[in-house]
Amino acid sequence: MKRLIALALIVAAPALADTPLPPAALANTQLSDPHKEAEARALMETLRCVVCQGQSIAQSDADMAGQMRAMVRSRIAAGEKPAQIRDWLIGRYGDYVSYDPPLSPLTAPLWLMPLILLGAGAWIARASFKRRRRQG
Amino acid sequence: MRGMRLWLPLAAFAILFVVVAIGLLRPNDHLVHSGMVGKELPKFTLPKMVPEAPGLASASFADGKPRLLNVFASWCIPCMAESPQLLALRQQGAEIDAIAVRDQPQAVQAFLQRFGNPYDRIGDDRESAVQLALGSSGVPETYVIDGKGRIVEQHIGDVRAEDVPDLLAALKKAGG
Repeated sequence: MKRLIALALIVAAPALADTPLPPAALANTQLSDPHKEAEARALMETLRCVVCQGQSIAQSDADMAGQMRAMVRSRIAAGEKPAQIRDWLIGRYGDYVSYDPPLSPLTAPLWLMPLILLGAGAWIARASFKRRRRQG
Repeated sequence: MRGMRLWLPLAAFAILFVVVAIGLLRPNDHLVHSGMVGKELPKFTLPKMVPEAPGLASASFADGKPRLLNVFASWCIPCMAESPQLLALRQQGAEIDAIAVRDQPQAVQAFLQRFGNPYDRIGDDRESAVQLALGSSGVPETYVIDGKGRIVEQHIGDVRAEDVPDLLAALKKAGG
């Protein structure tokens, strides 16, 4: 029985769950204009891969991230501004797709919390320094 | 002032408790919902994927009849799992068009032969361009499109038996 299972494991073919097509040309090829490539690269690093979710499309090996990179490069090459491309994607996938969250009532705590924490830290530090000086 | 300081840690704990409780009790939603729901279908024209079915253009959705738009691929396993439900939807009167994402004609043909063909039209979205324009984050996804070519609902993931009545109701609502 064990041998049979071992044999079955050797023979079993993995189920295919990814496209057989090669990635689009611009998914892994840089633009010939270095300025445009730098612009595209900077944008790709702030866009989230929607299938892998924890990575930017610049880092991800997922097929869909490759297609998104190709889209970003071809639009930059065609003269579109990075902000336009980001807005287009946010219109489709929501703020979720951007690693650069806009300031809105919902994200205000995210932006203000560091300032509040710094202020609280300064207040606590001041209080404890004062106490120490009095003791010393 | 002294009294406030005494209660401050408890108040901080209460706030933390509420935040954690909300996070625990809220259903877990890792799905990426399309921002295109409620908007018109993006303009597209896709060539045919297989000889048996014509290609697909966004203009054909504005013919007054609500229909389903299924985003699928022959290499996607949940798409195989949902095929009986799509056939059941078709049997119950739903019209279904499809976008085949990053696929090859022979593979799609074999897929349709093996699992049945519920589609009227199948567009070839070789570069995922229409998938991205739809705000679709994977396969399979099923969109309910009303007779004016507007997206009224998005179903993410495979259609299960229990989703069939909901989709039929959404189609009916989109028509009336």
